[in-house]
Amino acid sequence: MKGRSRDVRGAIFRLALLVSLAVAFVTLGALLVDVAGKGFEFLDPFFFTHPPSTDPHQAGARPAILATLYIGVLLLLFTVPVGVGTAIYLEEYADKNRWYNRLLEVNIQNLAAVPSIVYGILGLAFIVRGLGLGRVVLAGALILTLLVLPTVIIAAREAIRAVPDSIRQAAFALGATRWQVIARQVLPAAIPGIATGSILALSRGIGETAPLIMIGALTYVAFDPSLLGPFTVLPVQIYNWTSQPQEDFVKLAATGIIVLLGMLLTLNAFAIWLRNRYERRW
Amino acid sequence: MVSAAPIHIEALAAERPEPGTREVVFDIGDLTVSYDGNPAIKGATFEVYRNFVTAIIGPSGCGKSTFIRCLNRMNDLIQGAGVEGRILYHGQDLYGRDVDPVEVRRRIGMVFQKPNPFPKSIHDNVAFGPRVLGMTSDLDARVEVALKQAALWEEVKDRLKKSALSLSGGQQQRLCIARCLAVEPDVILMDEPASALDPIATTRIEDLMHELKKDYTIVIVTHNMQQAARVADMTAFFNIEKGEEGERAGILVEYDITSKIFTQPSDKRTEDYVTGRFG
Amino acid sequence: MSTAELSAPALRASRRRYGEDVIKGLLALCALVSVATTVGIVVALLFPALEFFREVSLVDFLTGKTWAPLFEPAEFGVLPLLAGTLVVTFWACLVAIPFGLGAAIYLSEYARPRTRSFLKPLLEVLAGIPTVVFGYFALTFVTQLLRDIGIQVDIFNALSAGLVMGVMLMPTVASLSEDAMVAVPRELRDGAYALGSRKLQVSTRIVVPAAISGIVASFVLAISRAVGETMIVLIAAGQQPNLTFDPRRAMETMTAFIGATGNGDVPTGSIEYKTIFAVGLTLFVMTLVMNLFAIRLVRRFREVYE
Repeated sequence: MKGRSRDVRGAIFRLALLVSLAVAFVTLGALLVDVAGKGFEFLDPFFFTHPPSTDPHQAGARPAILATLYIGVLLLLFTVPVGVGTAIYLEEYADKNRWYNRLLEVNIQNLAAVPSIVYGILGLAFIVRGLGLGRVVLAGALILTLLVLPTVIIAAREAIRAVPDSIRQAAFALGATRWQVIARQVLPAAIPGIATGSILALSRGIGETAPLIMIGALTYVAFDPSLLGPFTVLPVQIYNWTSQPQEDFVKLAATGIIVLLGMLLTLNAFAIWLRNRYERRW
Repeated sequence: MVSAAPIHIEALAAERPEPGTREVVFDIGDLTVSYDGNPAIKGATFEVYRNFVTAIIGPSGCGKSTFIRCLNRMNDLIQGAGVEGRILYHGQDLYGRDVDPVEVRRRIGMVFQKPNPFPKSIHDNVAFGPRVLGMTSDLDARVEVALKQAALWEEVKDRLKKSALSLSGGQQQRLCIARCLAVEPDVILMDEPASALDPIATTRIEDLMHELKKDYTIVIVTHNMQQAARVADMTAFFNIEKGEEGERAGILVEYDITSKIFTQPSDKRTEDYVTGRFG
Repeated sequence: MSTAELSAPALRASRRRYGEDVIKGLLALCALVSVATTVGIVVALLFPALEFFREVSLVDFLTGKTWAPLFEPAEFGVLPLLAGTLVVTFWACLVAIPFGLGAAIYLSEYARPRTRSFLKPLLEVLAGIPTVVFGYFALTFVTQLLRDIGIQVDIFNALSAGLVMGVMLMPTVASLSEDAMVAVPRELRDGAYALGSRKLQVSTRIVVPAAISGIVASFVLAISRAVGETMIVLIAAGQQPNLTFDPRRAMETMTAFIGATGNGDVPTGSIEYKTIFAVGLTLFVMTLVMNLFAIRLVRRFREVYE
């Protein structure tokens, strides 16, 4: 037998794998550095308190930030009940052998992967022009609800599934009805997972741009948004500014990105903290 | 004959009750249970008597757990489970059309093999049953009585608000028994209640059974023959038999007072099992 | 215990439990929302698209080489948009698939648990960045970078968009592939190591083939997401339909067209309005086919190992 040869091929392979990781992280780093560098100039309280303007030095993102916050709250209000309700139905009530329940599951998985712009088309056809709501905050919230719903459903299902069956058995054996078992044992145990999943879904919804562009959130909005009024959101405002040729608007876009990423970072950190603090290890 | 002498305790039944002398709690006739068409138990027929401990023994796979889950309709929760035959509870058809499984389970409680306390406080564990059944008057008193009956009160009375998961395995199982007792059942079903516990905890559970049978009727599934010999008044031996098409199902081989099953079994299969020749 | 009063127990329910049925109904209603969404999407796309195809023949649409819906005379050949989508998708997958798989193999087979526990979340950070940010990055940074290293790209070009999209999709490929590889039982690896294999062989000849359904599913999902992605191309690839395969030029993808047209003040019911739905339907069908395929693949790998 030959002596142990240097595993050159193995070392090269390992290096190639590390390069793969490096591609991702170097890009991430470059992006963050670039955004921080360009966006720093306009990052001050003025940015938060003033509306946009044709003069970049007088521009802020107040209406966009406010609308983003409103939509965030509405998103939570709409998606959590419907998403958790659907998850409970699928996990605790539905007979998995029936074809319509299996179809329901595939449907949800598919909806999770439908391009976001298609949701924009849906919104344009039904909510804005169909329902006649118009290009308003509520419409934006409804469309984002539909887009984010599959994610919430999937997260809630996992949280509910993680509750051990022995708990349900014990509760049934004591004479609890199915809903009592769910409401008093399963859901309380699943709440940390559901909360984490909902917040992560929320942060995804806040970063969405395409569907809202489709329903007209691109209008130049210089006043504070209201539920049934025209609006723009932070990602769309960023898009708006990025599309303008002047250097200063590019910087404003970067400032907007810093604020947006800051919001998302806070949300995600909160979700992770929730999970670590409250998640039960069964 | 038996290879190791079983321990005799005087409280066990000395003779099988004459028909009519002892109240019948369960009258089981020709019980057949199948899952998705495959039979797990076939044609079981016998009676369970009031204030007795009745043990169900047999090799693994003979349908002991399936049987006991019929008695409180827990098999309803399994999709594809089919129950045929007769189970009368105090003369009433347990599977009658108007029968509410919630009422059944209120009266016929169950303790499981692996202790499964809820992830709540000790107090809330025991209080859960009364709460869902609407028995909310004097909740704290009910909790105390149940914990005393389960011989756990002295150990936990100062930490009722602590999580049930902080208890030891044996304590958790007694907590599950207390939880079951809190709804004032008539019958307690126990599916291998001590198999996950150490010997000392096991002994405590067995002593508890002797106390509890004064007020309740107990049916216990066990794979431990010594345990059956220690605690049971009557013992039912189930075995696996091959049917005509080769399918395997559990059948009741013999049912008699425990001392007879272990010392003078009538059926050779019983004798083979209790002397350890198989299973 | 008062078992005497239970000697003849009433096993009938004291009152009918209507509440349970009502609750079940409400929950089923929640589930119907997702059904309504799908139905809504299909209806929203199908009807206007059918109207469109009454005015423009399907053949002209699918084979025409010029996309100029607003000109006189209007031309409705979708090939330039399709080309835009395919070119961007190609470059995106050229980045996402090999590097994503490489990252997954490293995380699953090479990384120590501690390293893995901070690298994985870092990769997730990449996944959480909104696409508009990537679009910004492609336009303002990558395009300049490409020019600096000598590639003559137009201001708007498919290459910047494609490359950035590729990095954006790496976590998709990496995450799903890694899940698939981690699910491969230890015994398979141990058996190979016991025969004297090195890590390179075990990873590539044992683990990857065993996890292939999940890995291929991740590729398909990445392609599907690349096809459906809007913001990066809207910002960085341009809005000039261009039937070419040269990624240094500006090109318009199907999604960019929809995004650019949908927000404009296009009169409802006009032919230009209906183009949104025709292109949208094409897009939806393409991604639907890929998604269903990916879902089936994931189900197959889950069945084997879980």
